[in-house]
Amino acid sequence: MDFLVIQALTGLASASSLFLVASGLTLIFGVTRIVNFAHGSLFMLGAYGAWTFTSGLGWAAHAGPLGFWGGVLLSALAVAALGALVEVVLLRRIYQAPALFPLLATFGLALMIEDLVRLVWGPEDLLGPRAPGLEGAVTILGQKLPAYDLALIALGPMVLAGLWWVLHRTHWGVLVRAATQDRAMVGALGVDQSRLFTGVFALGAFLAALGGAVQVPREAVHHALDMQVIVEAFVIVVVGGLGNVVGAFLAAVLVAELNAFGILLFPRIGLVLLFLVMAVVLVLRPHGLLGRPEGETRAAVPPTAGCWRPAGATGWAVGLALAGLLALLPLVADAYVVSVAAEILIFALFAASLHLMMGVGGMVSFGHAAWFGLGAYGAALAALGLGAPMAVGLVAGPLLAVAGATVAGWFCVRLSGVFLAMLTLAFAQIAWSVVFQWHEVTGGDNGLLGIWPDRWASDPAAFYWVSLAVCGVAIALLRSIVFSPFGYALRACRDSVARAEAIGIDRVRVQWLGFVMAGGFAGLAGALYAYLKGSVFPEAMAIPVSIDGLVMVLLGGLTTLVGPVVGAVAYKTLAIVVSSWTDHWPLVLGGLIVLLVIAAPDGLAGLARRVARAASRGAGPGGREPAS
Amino acid sequence: MPRSHIGARRLLQGVARTLAGALVLGLATLSVTSPARAADAIRVGEINSYTRLPAFTEPYRLGWTLALEEINAAGGVLGRPLEVIDRDDAGKPGEAVTAANELLMREDVDLLMGTFFSHVGLAVSDFARQRQVLFVAAEPLTDALIWSRGNAYTFRLRPSTGMQARMLAEEAAKLDAVRWASVAPNYEYGTSAVATFREALSALRPDVEWVDEQWPPQGKIDAGATAQALAQAEPDALFNATFGPDLAKFVREGTTRGLFEGRAVVSLITGEPEYLAPLGAEAPEGWIVTGYPWDTVDTPENRAFVAAYQARFDDYPRMGSVVGYAAMKSVAAIIEKAGSTDTDAMIAAAKGVMVDTPFGRITYRAADHQSTMGAFVGRTAVRDGRGTMVDFVYRDGAEVLPPEDEARAFRPE
Amino acid sequence: MTAALEVHGLRKRFGGVRAVDDVGFTLAIGEMLALIGPNGAGKSTCFNMLTGQVRPDTGAIRLFGRDIAGLPPRRIWRLGVGRTFQVTATFGSMTVAENVQVALMSHHRRLRWPWPRADRLDAGPARDLLALVGMADQAERGCGLLAYGDLKRLELAIALANDPRVLLMDEPTAGMAPRERAALMDLTARIVAERGLSVLFTEHDMDVVFGHADRVLVLDRGRLVAEGTPDEVRADARVRAVYLGDRPPSEAGP
Repeated sequence: MDFLVIQALTGLASASSLFLVASGLTLIFGVTRIVNFAHGSLFMLGAYGAWTFTSGLGWAAHAGPLGFWGGVLLSALAVAALGALVEVVLLRRIYQAPALFPLLATFGLALMIEDLVRLVWGPEDLLGPRAPGLEGAVTILGQKLPAYDLALIALGPMVLAGLWWVLHRTHWGVLVRAATQDRAMVGALGVDQSRLFTGVFALGAFLAALGGAVQVPREAVHHALDMQVIVEAFVIVVVGGLGNVVGAFLAAVLVAELNAFGILLFPRIGLVLLFLVMAVVLVLRPHGLLGRPEGETRAAVPPTAGCWRPAGATGWAVGLALAGLLALLPLVADAYVVSVAAEILIFALFAASLHLMMGVGGMVSFGHAAWFGLGAYGAALAALGLGAPMAVGLVAGPLLAVAGATVAGWFCVRLSGVFLAMLTLAFAQIAWSVVFQWHEVTGGDNGLLGIWPDRWASDPAAFYWVSLAVCGVAIALLRSIVFSPFGYALRACRDSVARAEAIGIDRVRVQWLGFVMAGGFAGLAGALYAYLKGSVFPEAMAIPVSIDGLVMVLLGGLTTLVGPVVGAVAYKTLAIVVSSWTDHWPLVLGGLIVLLVIAAPDGLAGLARRVARAASRGAGPGGREPAS
Repeated sequence: MPRSHIGARRLLQGVARTLAGALVLGLATLSVTSPARAADAIRVGEINSYTRLPAFTEPYRLGWTLALEEINAAGGVLGRPLEVIDRDDAGKPGEAVTAANELLMREDVDLLMGTFFSHVGLAVSDFARQRQVLFVAAEPLTDALIWSRGNAYTFRLRPSTGMQARMLAEEAAKLDAVRWASVAPNYEYGTSAVATFREALSALRPDVEWVDEQWPPQGKIDAGATAQALAQAEPDALFNATFGPDLAKFVREGTTRGLFEGRAVVSLITGEPEYLAPLGAEAPEGWIVTGYPWDTVDTPENRAFVAAYQARFDDYPRMGSVVGYAAMKSVAAIIEKAGSTDTDAMIAAAKGVMVDTPFGRITYRAADHQSTMGAFVGRTAVRDGRGTMVDFVYRDGAEVLPPEDEARAFRPE
Repeated sequence: MTAALEVHGLRKRFGGVRAVDDVGFTLAIGEMLALIGPNGAGKSTCFNMLTGQVRPDTGAIRLFGRDIAGLPPRRIWRLGVGRTFQVTATFGSMTVAENVQVALMSHHRRLRWPWPRADRLDAGPARDLLALVGMADQAERGCGLLAYGDLKRLELAIALANDPRVLLMDEPTAGMAPRERAALMDLTARIVAERGLSVLFTEHDMDVVFGHADRVLVLDRGRLVAEGTPDEVRADARVRAVYLGDRPPSEAGP
């Protein structure tokens, strides 16, 4: 019994830590609808800042408790200033861009910060001081609890109360809450929206950094903290209900306590618990614990994007000619370029499949890697378990992906917006953890080896041609689906759910089918990937792959059909070239992404369209300008 | 009324141009990135997780750089200079294979070396088998690399998780402790560490019982709850396999909560400077660990290595430094013995090749391609405000490896 | 049978609020019936129960004798009810013609297949419908580029795609200029007459109501307070009370 009390208190201390990060994120998301991927980076900077101020040579190291907490506060304030700067310099430029585009910008920023941190603070883990006056333990019911845990347990509710006061008792707070519920209304009230956003972003950054800073007495500061925190924080935000700080607090307590007690019964549960909780909560409460139905958010595809038109004879001719040109590549390039090109083609298909879901179906996915990974494992298991030839593997992979997507999709399409996206993430992580732990079948994290192409396709050029044929046909199929009757139904559900339902379209069924199709094509890409690499590991279905997919689609342009392919080609080529060129590839790649975001808020394909439009305007009076 | 495609056509053409342009540009960049190469150099392709795990891999890079400079200063190998082309794998097996591809096909390397993570090592090992190229794996600790998934092309330098766990089990068996609990990260390294340690300890001490096991996710330990759960089981002793930031968190929580009071702790790789140094004065005392007490190993080989390393880099060596150094020396010794860079000749030479390392002379066993590099086993202590190892002995890897005949049977074929 | 719609005892509560309380009426075949009332009177809730977007707590809605209360919108649509939205809901990424084609394809149950190319399916009938509402010359424009009045006409074309017997229009002229309003309602009246439709519409604009409705229903605070021809309703004291606020003191609520 005594033990259970202490375990509960320990859980509460963890909950406070989770809550601090999540509260900032939920405010930012609630008001600006920005998916701030750099939130973990702000947390990490807060931790590094506090370490700098409070340890070793830092002035605060010798100033007792006042120095310590002063250092923590100073670090948080410095990061808040940085947050405001980021909002003004970068994010403000892209508020008019489609929703989710800020995700791309903040992703680039996160890459840069991770590398900069390594440059500034070095590669070694840094252990800061314990909090002066709170070094020891307090004995409660005969059990020892770190005094600092008690401080954290108090800090969480204190911050919650402070936020509640600000949100409910100040004019600014009222505006923030109004903006959370209805962005349009704030504009109507004549409030300076950009100043409100800057303030919210700075406050969110402050809370993130505070969360990082107060971790210094508990854990070593290191350069992977950002990724560790960002996913957890998002889960807490969504489980709590978007923009709801009280909900975030409840969610943090729920997750932390379940973990504290869960590991007593299931010591391996830590790997997946967070996502199990999220899946259950979202299935039962589609808007999170305290969330209300989402207000009208920016559509994934703005209506001014123009109309999609079938390619027509010329378009197909251009496509075929391009494919023909690509087929000649092995004649002029060396084996390495050819195998890199095969990888790029595979990711182009992956991105195109994600685009079917996001761009065409209006369903954002944060877990598309699940179907890519299942495709890879399906092919690998067919090859190793049944000794099947590659052709069979390339069928088995997508089939497994379709099976998985059928189950997950059934749940996911009942939600919408970011909740749908997070539920896909939950399913992807659950699938990942199954693959990671099921050693007998999947080989666990040691993966499956020896999945090489059949002899006839083992030459890099031959495999490239196979990839070109498969990906080319699949991408053409994806394109033709968009203009098929089903594609119209899918787009109808994306453009206006109310109108779609009012003309007899069964939205749930249509989106479910779209979800499954997208999963199947992603699975095909995954199966090819398995043969390309010769081995499959759980990484193939981990979060970074999902993020890569999002980055490709957004970079290319969500509102165009060629966007994902252009994005995949550009991103993959850049990543491979830059990482082969320098170990500081995260800094360079992140910087390039940030620049592209500023230069082309409608994606690369959008940029191309604008260039083409400018050129045609120069050439003479232009016709109508449908998007392709 | 027929639909006009004028706009669409122009657009498609524009897009196609962009697409083709991006491809051409990218591929052009790819084709000009080859560095100027020394015509007669022997080229070594090196892959490691430089961005993902810099705490280990940066010292590792310095280690092989030092060895490389020494080798070339002494006239190279077979009269030719040695050249290293290194790549980052970001800790991902897929990217490691891309890098291996580039090194092999574009950079014309004669062999591959490196990798840290077990699964990355396995991916490159399978690639090496497929492409028939020699791979000297530096760090990956999984036994699968040399045994269950071993192949003709892969040799491994470091003593595996299992070897180090066996060394520790022999020390643990001397303790009075009967009730044991374990904490290890939830992936292959942790799983096999605990499994091997339990098996070896039980063989020596049948009276031992296991009262709890904790499997925090790697890098995400909930240290307070984990420490409390372990304490609740009231074990006499703990076996730990967490490392890095997880270890720091666990040590802090465990110390504050009194988890380690009156309990023996046996801990894998905690004595490596990478993981011990960050703990500073809070390093635990009296833990039985494997590691590398760089400043107190008083052998001529180590003294020379430390002196050279400090003179060159103005920093002290970590475990990674030794691994990088020894891996590069291994590569040179293999080529020297082979007399050429022909893969088959190098594989034949690598079997039984002897290499001088900071830990003394090691041999790559012919039967399972595992080197006999060992580890230092001792107790942690705090001296001058930082952690170190005392009462240590060097345990030769050969002592904890199964005989070669037995080991051969673990391998496929 | 003379009624297109028969509504009995329709009720809906949101929390403690009776949004719609025991509403009943009939829509005769060929009739244009207006549903009016001040803001918050329950018009939208009532309307949305007819279209299926809101599920009634109790009550019956009979469409040509068949109870449709609680059916989802798509089922009600399949039974021959077309609708337009107060804030226009069209498919922004499609052309004007495609918007109508999708509705036609759905009506013909052609939307299931990922094959073949569909941009020419039902193109002819779509063009006819667009011609009917005077939008033929804009068929190829992206509907994201349309003027508001044109969007309303497009909505009407979409609503006619399933060859409905009943048309439900939620504030058909909201946000339009006065001259456009009259034009749209004249157009609607002509189509209703040509096709023998029955129409129920909610409306704010009294000129539209009194100019185009055959009969008028007046809602206040969830209850039906008056019903009759425009002239009758105009003269009704309760209606004046509702709209002008000169209601008896006992009924004056906050």
